[in-house]
Amino acid sequence: MSSTSASPLHLAVALDGTGWHPASWREPAARPKELFTAAYWAALVAEAEHGLLDFVTFEDGLGLQSTRYDAPDGRTDQVRGRLDAVLTASRVAPLTRHIGLVPTVIATHTEPFHLSKAIATLDYVSSGRAGLRVQISGRPYEADHFGRRTLSPLTFAELRGPAGQAQVTELFDEAADYVEVIRRLWDSWEDDAEIRDVATGRFIDRDKLHYIDFEGGHFSVKGPSITPRPPQGQPLVTALAHQTVPYRLVARQADLGYVTPHDADDARRIVAEVRAEQEQAGRSAEPLHLFGDLVVFLDDDQAAAEDRRARLDELAGEPYVSDARTFAGTPAQLADLLQEFAEAGLTGFRLRPAVAAHDLPAVSRRLVPELQRRGAFRTAYEADTLRGLLGLARPANRYSAA
Amino acid sequence: MSSKPLKQIHLAAHFPGVNNTTVWSDPEAGSHIEFSSFAHFARTAERAKFDFLFLAEGLRLREQGGHIYDLDVVGRPDTFTILAALAAVTEHLGLAGTINSTFNEPYEVARQFASLDHLSGGRSAWNVVTSWDAFTGENFRRGGFLPQEERYSRAKEFLATAGELLDAWHGDEIVADQASGVFLRDAKAGSFVHTGQHFDIHGQFDVPRSPQGRPVIFQAGDSEEGREFAAAGADAIFSRYAALDTGQAFYADVKGRLAKYGRRSDQLLILPAATFVLGDTDADAEERARHVRRAQVSGATALKHLEFVWNRDLSSYDPEGPLPDVDPDVGDDHISKGRAQVRMYRDPLATAREWRELAAANNWSIRDLVIHTGNRQTFVGSPATVARTINEFVQADASDGFILVPHITPGGLDEFADTVVPLLQEQGVFRTEYEGPTLRHHLGLAHPDDERAERAAS
Repeated sequence: MSSTSASPLHLAVALDGTGWHPASWREPAARPKELFTAAYWAALVAEAEHGLLDFVTFEDGLGLQSTRYDAPDGRTDQVRGRLDAVLTASRVAPLTRHIGLVPTVIATHTEPFHLSKAIATLDYVSSGRAGLRVQISGRPYEADHFGRRTLSPLTFAELRGPAGQAQVTELFDEAADYVEVIRRLWDSWEDDAEIRDVATGRFIDRDKLHYIDFEGGHFSVKGPSITPRPPQGQPLVTALAHQTVPYRLVARQADLGYVTPHDADDARRIVAEVRAEQEQAGRSAEPLHLFGDLVVFLDDDQAAAEDRRARLDELAGEPYVSDARTFAGTPAQLADLLQEFAEAGLTGFRLRPAVAAHDLPAVSRRLVPELQRRGAFRTAYEADTLRGLLGLARPANRYSAA
Repeated sequence: MSSKPLKQIHLAAHFPGVNNTTVWSDPEAGSHIEFSSFAHFARTAERAKFDFLFLAEGLRLREQGGHIYDLDVVGRPDTFTILAALAAVTEHLGLAGTINSTFNEPYEVARQFASLDHLSGGRSAWNVVTSWDAFTGENFRRGGFLPQEERYSRAKEFLATAGELLDAWHGDEIVADQASGVFLRDAKAGSFVHTGQHFDIHGQFDVPRSPQGRPVIFQAGDSEEGREFAAAGADAIFSRYAALDTGQAFYADVKGRLAKYGRRSDQLLILPAATFVLGDTDADAEERARHVRRAQVSGATALKHLEFVWNRDLSSYDPEGPLPDVDPDVGDDHISKGRAQVRMYRDPLATAREWRELAAANNWSIRDLVIHTGNRQTFVGSPATVARTINEFVQADASDGFILVPHITPGGLDEFADTVVPLLQEQGVFRTEYEGPTLRHHLGLAHPDDERAERAAS
């Protein structure tokens, strides 16, 4: 496949504190004391928008960050504490015009009714640029913050065992129901439900509002939403997936999945598995983006990037390990890798800047021009909505009479 | 003899949404959901130097006679999310949201308010409400029905627990010293344990101390229990007594309860909801007010309003005709769901009798009756009259100010901002500039840390 005929790549950036490397906050440009201000987040998202990126994601959790899965780690040498992701995204929305805003939503402990209207509202305040990244929490200390259920204290290693897999499967099943409820609530108002008919005194045509009557194994929700259908109809639903159980969630419920291949063959294998699940779920006709997640250290020469990684590892006191492939090198090398992965079937990438203050501008000001030179990335925003940027149509309402 | 210094008036703006005073049929009425309407409204309130913007909430669409109620505005945004966005288009205006304690968990609400407070630079406020019905609970995984006596105990414990979470960080934990590599002073930052009847939770809260420490706390309940709850710990009451005499009675009652909690009179503000209609002259305003009342009460709305009393389907009656000759159904309320005001009519048979007599004496139709017996606008007159009346009410201790509810979205506050506010400023009873960055500054409330220090010292 020649590079000129390659379909353009999609690019997102994952925002998390001062960056994904645990020592990123110690970089001179990192501004760790400003992490809890709106200005900090506005500046990062503006930088991503400068690079014409499709969207940014906002990490979140319902407890302090921890390097352990089973308990808080008690560390004081890494960033701890954060702001609610949905509210951060909404705070930034009026300050931006084109870029998609995709906060993390924790399905395990929250109400789908609340989150459905929250993301619908984010879609209104951003004029059609909202999405969500659905995540489960199997962390027992987060469950203790709610006191409504008990989760087994499993380590990362035990998560891969039978007990861990049973718990993960259960939580992902619940998350699938959660997304189903959110999606039905978004459709619970037809687009033309508001009629303002002065003659009859009716503000809405109530025949165009629908009870969703969801009954599942974990909860039931009546509906309709209190928020009218959002501008995109269905804001973007995304999820990160490393293995079969979450691949299934992506295949059944998502518009976009993040996966973590380590090389092109791995990418081909993952794409095939997700596509097979998609077919099994009867969704093979529906568009489903698969983005590769990569941690990036980007510099104009490779040695500089590798040195920077080594220096940060030394500050952290241990080498950085990630679920995703870690890349250290030049924009041209990264562009090569992305194009190689794209040929393996990925439609885009979510880059996790190792140091937000350094690697995010390197993406928007170095990588993007490199991809543009290759004809592999947009040179201007071509759509007004996030779905539009991703080439996804505005879906018909499931409740509308055909 | 020197008179006591004039009280400074506090003013807030209630976004006119799902509310029977909102006139959506007016050609000037804009969207109730697009962000541009909220931004317009918030900017007007900030231009007028208002203390804060206020949002109500209802977590299930109201129903009447088994159908979704379609005559008022239907649909509203998520409270937290819209307030966070409004923080981006304003700099000083307080952002007050109604959040239900029945259909939420303390950890999540505390982190949302702490986040909103950070993202707005200290401008958040929480109107704590509690709900009562399994009807609304059908939208939530945790359900929601609570017996009457447990409602307040859960609300109280919810608020106390959220407060414990917000106080779990003290403000000095984040060191973020890049040279030494110490981010957090204390590995146990944010630790909390709460063991109670309704919540049994522990761990570490994950949002560091926000600028205001805690959001400003509003309370809206009017019962004996609600008043005591407010006197014990709220910063402000969103009251329904906007008339001079009932306002003074409520004000004296609630402020009189503060001493036993060791609180001063200025530590709890009384802010009634108030509507207004302005005109070039008082006569002009009266004429406009009549017009607004007719727009607020369409024939269809009048029938639905009558159903609250009659508790039966009245759709076959002509709103321009006489009142129903059939008597109200005094059985269980089965007409209306999801709204608070239905139970105001405690004796429907007596109310119906009284209304029939009133209608007969004045030759009123159903619609005329509802227009005349429903809520009249609080302040009607020229800007000078309205400014003078508001000031008189506040100086006479009927309130500390008002939460104004315009009837038009989003421009319904513009005229008030342009004509009444300058008059109040001329009289020296309303700010001409914001004096501090946080909502606590606007309201003259101490920071929780200072209040704690003050109590410890006394």
